[in-house]
Amino acid sequence: MTDVLLEVRGLHRSFGGVKALAGCTLDVIEGKINGLIGPNGSGKTTMFNIITGYERCDEGDVLYRGSSIRNRTPEAIFALGIGRTFQLTRIFGRLSVLDNMLVATQRNEVWLRSMLRPTGSASERAHAMELLDFVGLARLSGELAGSLSYGQRKLLELAYVLVADPQLILLDEPAGGVNPSLINQLSGKIAELNQQGTTFLVIEHNMEFVMGLCHAVTVMSYGCVIAAGTPEVVRADPKVLDAYLGGTEEDEDES
Amino acid sequence: MTSPLTRVRRPFASAEQEAAGDPTPTAWISLLVRRPLWRSVVLVLLLILIPLVITGATFTTIAVYCLMYMGIATAWNSFSGFSGYVSLGHAVFFGVGAYTMALLSTHWNMSGGLSMFALLPLAGVIAALIAIPYGYVALRTRRHTFVVITIAFFFIFQLLAFNLSFTGGSAGVVLPNGQFSAADYNDPFYYACLVVLVLTVAVAAGIRRSRFGLQLFAIRDDEDRARSLGVKVNRVKITSFAVSAVPVAMMGAVWAFFIGQIYPQFAFNPALDVTIALMAFIGGFGTIIGPLLGALVLEALQRYLNLYLANADLYLVIYGLLFLVVISFLPEGILPSIAGRLRQRRLRSQNSTTVSTQESR
Repeated sequence: MTDVLLEVRGLHRSFGGVKALAGCTLDVIEGKINGLIGPNGSGKTTMFNIITGYERCDEGDVLYRGSSIRNRTPEAIFALGIGRTFQLTRIFGRLSVLDNMLVATQRNEVWLRSMLRPTGSASERAHAMELLDFVGLARLSGELAGSLSYGQRKLLELAYVLVADPQLILLDEPAGGVNPSLINQLSGKIAELNQQGTTFLVIEHNMEFVMGLCHAVTVMSYGCVIAAGTPEVVRADPKVLDAYLGGTEEDEDES
Repeated sequence: MTSPLTRVRRPFASAEQEAAGDPTPTAWISLLVRRPLWRSVVLVLLLILIPLVITGATFTTIAVYCLMYMGIATAWNSFSGFSGYVSLGHAVFFGVGAYTMALLSTHWNMSGGLSMFALLPLAGVIAALIAIPYGYVALRTRRHTFVVITIAFFFIFQLLAFNLSFTGGSAGVVLPNGQFSAADYNDPFYYACLVVLVLTVAVAAGIRRSRFGLQLFAIRDDEDRARSLGVKVNRVKITSFAVSAVPVAMMGAVWAFFIGQIYPQFAFNPALDVTIALMAFIGGFGTIIGPLLGALVLEALQRYLNLYLANADLYLVIYGLLFLVVISFLPEGILPSIAGRLRQRRLRSQNSTTVSTQESR
């Protein structure tokens, strides 16, 4: 039942004297929405960066479907079917919204042939528009992406990660700085995609969002995983309360 | 420094309205104006006719240089303007082209004449081959570092031209004489430049609308984001760098043949680096017509000033002033700024008349 899609094994990463990750181990279960929470600076984004090839790890391994994807390039990771978004939303501001979507269709392009083919075949455009429609941005397809609002950029980022139909999507704070109604919309989309079989790993600070959406939650603190399990289990874990609230004796008594 | 690219394909309400509105004789003119392909065919025909009509040597000499710089600026722009990597090392390819032409023609004892132009593709190929390792190293850096690295590469190549045994050192190389009649000596060079220019513009325009072009634009806007969407950035950047080297080298080869004798400091001329960047920037970074316009204006201006004011450095002052004016009033370059203003005006007039429901493509 619980197939592990992505395994992170004993990941270490230091920046100078700072240990961003000190032996992290994490399982991402296939077909579930996996949450990753923890205080600021606990190494969540560093882990994302290592998984998606933006940073190298000092030690440890990352397994995707059982085989190591450690220290591959971001392009290669994406080609394997792992898409990601960024904490600070990154879009192509000077391209139109539709062109933003089409960038992700370029991945299978043969080297020199890509020079001869015009951007976006009819089917690629149709697919892109479908996805824009899915996130509610279809009417803005001709606008410059740079003119979108922050929340719309979040939606656009989600949409163009979906273009390649990845099996695993890593979301870095999808709800950060987004208004409540858009958060609901966003979690609705994530749940819908999950039902169609996409696995998620979500970093988020909004507890309501995480607890309502995720099937499994992992908690990190100071580069280590301190708890993992279903939202209910994690919420009741004294170590988690410690990490978040600074740990008073009362907290421990309560549990 | 960079400008927004007007790649937005807006739902043109106007196209259909106008077509319905004036189906009269002016229709074909408006069609001509609106269809870029037709427009460029007409332009090229005009350019072919120009030296047949205006035969003065002063004029045709300036025309040769204008076409040369238009091609170089377009090629430069197809890399730097599209990818956002500002290269100040493209003069390397100009020099490589010039030296390829000079050294091969003397080595093979060519006797001048039209057959010399057969060396142009070879110059392009050699420049592209040099561009691959050059790009491989330089493109590992970004932004300002990249600019500095390309400048460094440029001076390495200039030093090589001075010091390698086969380049003739500071004495330069004398090329075979053109063997063209004195009356229309410039014409073969004019047409050679025109052919290279047309090909360059065609390739740049093709890249701009191709998948490859979209990858370049994605790299310009956010390279890391592009990587995580599967764009193989290194391959794309190096390919674009090499492709942009070819026309520059071909123009360099024409130039060498045109002036007849080359020296390292003029074949590898640092002013060329700055000039072409300025041309593309003033016209419109990342557009097709921008660098053409910029090169035409600046190069013609410089040559006329040189001739008629007999002051070799005055053009630098004019360049500076022009640059200041453009930076102050048209910060995105002449074309994108004007296009942006026109678009705003059109949107404003649309909004004031009707609140049109925009059909999405």
